[in-house]
Amino acid sequence: MTALLQVRNLVTEFGGAKGRSGIRAVNDVSFSVERGRVLGLVGESGSGKSVTGFSIIRLLERPGRIASGEILFDGVDLSRNSEEEMRRLRGKRIAMVFQDPTVTLNPVLSVGTQMIEAVLAHESVSKDIARQRARDALGLVGIPSPEERLAAYPHQFSGGMRQRVAIAIAFLHKPDLIIADEPTTALDVTIQSQIIAEFQKLTEETKTAVIWITHDLAIVSRLADDIAVMYAGRLVETGPVSEVLNDPRHPYTAGLIASVPSQNQRGERLRQIDGMTPALNRLPQGCSFRRRCERADDGCLVIPELAPSGDRSFRCIHPVTKVSAS
Amino acid sequence: MVTSIIRRLIQAVFVVVAMTVIVFIGVNVIGNPVDILINPDANQAERARVIAHYGLDQPLWRQYLLFLQGLLHGDFGDSFVYGRPAMGLILERLPATLELAISALTIALVFGLPLGLYAGLYPNRVSSKLIMSGSILGFSLPTFWVGLMLIMVFSVELGWLPTNGRGPTLELFGAQWSFLTGEGIRHLLLPAFNLALFKTSLILRLTRAGVQEVLPQDYVKFARAKGLRERRVIAVHVLKNLMIPVVTIIGLEFGSLIAFSVVTESIFAWPGMGKLIIDSINLLDRPVIVAYLMMMVLLFVVLNFIIDVCYTILDPRVRLDSKA
Ligand SMILES: Nc1ncnc2c1ncn2[C@@H]1O[C@H](COP(=O)(O)OP(=O)(O)OP(=O)(O)O)[C@@H](O)[C@H]1O
Ligand code: SF4
Ligand SMILES: [Mg+2]
Repeated sequence: MTALLQVRNLVTEFGGAKGRSGIRAVNDVSFSVERGRVLGLVGESGSGKSVTGFSIIRLLERPGRIASGEILFDGVDLSRNSEEEMRRLRGKRIAMVFQDPTVTLNPVLSVGTQMIEAVLAHESVSKDIARQRARDALGLVGIPSPEERLAAYPHQFSGGMRQRVAIAIAFLHKPDLIIADEPTTALDVTIQSQIIAEFQKLTEETKTAVIWITHDLAIVSRLADDIAVMYAGRLVETGPVSEVLNDPRHPYTAGLIASVPSQNQRGERLRQIDGMTPALNRLPQGCSFRRRCERADDGCLVIPELAPSGDRSFRCIHPVTKVSAS
Repeated sequence: MVTSIIRRLIQAVFVVVAMTVIVFIGVNVIGNPVDILINPDANQAERARVIAHYGLDQPLWRQYLLFLQGLLHGDFGDSFVYGRPAMGLILERLPATLELAISALTIALVFGLPLGLYAGLYPNRVSSKLIMSGSILGFSLPTFWVGLMLIMVFSVELGWLPTNGRGPTLELFGAQWSFLTGEGIRHLLLPAFNLALFKTSLILRLTRAGVQEVLPQDYVKFARAKGLRERRVIAVHVLKNLMIPVVTIIGLEFGSLIAFSVVTESIFAWPGMGKLIIDSINLLDRPVIVAYLMMMVLLFVVLNFIIDVCYTILDPRVRLDSKA
């Protein structure tokens, strides 16, 4: 069985025209997501996670564009789809949830309007039926008295409730794939937990595949089946979550894990990766992580390949092994 | 919603009352009206008669109350120049000015909104850049010069449109209107375009700036991510947010259209209030000035009230007292 989504050698650039290349926010990224599976896409701020998500659903901001590569969704290359073909997929088969629920809903339209239009965008049903669908969807994500809440406006909801509305909209058409771009980052911890549980329940019911973008490894270990670690536009490590988190091979992944608070001993200084993410237009020669890597040597002056090993892969010449990491 | 409207109504009444005090002090207390009203050669008895006639011998608060009483009856006294009730003169000229201002505003909206929307949606097209350069011209060319040029081109050279007056009018709601006759519309065109030019540029630039501010918002991206057609994204999600600043500006600028129509009215000999008030100021025709000022106060208060109501309709966040 082929995967639902197969991203192959995706390159997304900002600026730069024919011939010249711009800033590569996504650089030669390949991964796949099977039906009903959850992929955790992690990495520091600016590593290109969101741009990867927006490339798939083809909602890149100008001057972003897909420069090369393939995005095979159910066998169709999305990067070659027309705008109208994409529109029919968006919200219907590929949905998206954004980071900040206070700005994802239009402040001047009622929640009902924003849900009903989402139904009507893909189905020719009467407004009454669309309204019923919207109401049921609100109930499904645990919003009390959904009938009345349809008439309310976004500012009358709390942040957590607004994210539930956004999730209800995302699941309206039982999509095959949801791209969730840090959907809990802006919420406080207890709400976070509820939202994640809600999400898990819905994905199990609808068999929806999820790309969950985050920099919170704890969420990934709880939610995801697979993990893909991004650094400066490239994937540096992929594999099943438990294996990668227990036994990271790439020094950057190892560093991320070591800097999770619960991994540190009490009283010990919180460990963190030294240095800053390099600017995309001033990447070091060879491995992008070279300047921050303890294991770097002259061998790292050539860009390492993403080398597969079993169902995992990593992009490093001197990978971490369990013995050397401890 | 109803309580917020009542609250705003009460505020409006306060504003009007405050303005009556300011106008009263400005016109009656600063400077001595007796000097203006009375021939310097008049004898003592005549002086006293005139002072008593205008109530100027009364204490100030009495004078103010008399002034208010007059206001309530729409009585501002007779014009010194025309010898007729001042309010009547203003009301006679009001429709001409209103008609000119409304036409100008309509033109400004009809051209400014779509052009601004286009320039905002496709900022890199050559046509958008042309539109934006054009709007700079609209901003910087002086109204009187444009008015003269319009007359030169369309009246003198081409002979298409008349240059002065309102043309034939028809009665509607008890006032005379030019736009009801074909010839009247021909008279209205040049002055209306002249007055509209600046406002068109203003609305155009405001709309474009609004589009560029709204487009990158997450809620627009989310609307697209739902699979909405681009037409709906623009016409509902973008436009509805855009209308909030546009409505504010329209309301405020409508007042200034009326107040500054005087240049256009003078060039095109348009018999509106602008021309009347300039003449009255020159001749120190106090009752007309007072009537004009109070009319303006009322107009601005009513406009602001209408804007507030529009706001409440457009922006749900303003409906503070609505329940969820
Ligand atoms: N609109 C844009 N114009 C130009 N460059 C952009 C734009 N959006 C993103 N980029 C570039 O793409 C890079 C990756 O951005 P992206 O938003 O994907 O990061 P991210 O991994 O999602 O980070 P975060 O965790 O902060 O959300 C940025 O560092 C920036 O250089
Ligand atoms: S390739 Fe070299 S520099 Fe890059 S992560 Fe591996 S050891 Fe470090
Ligand atoms: Mg992001």
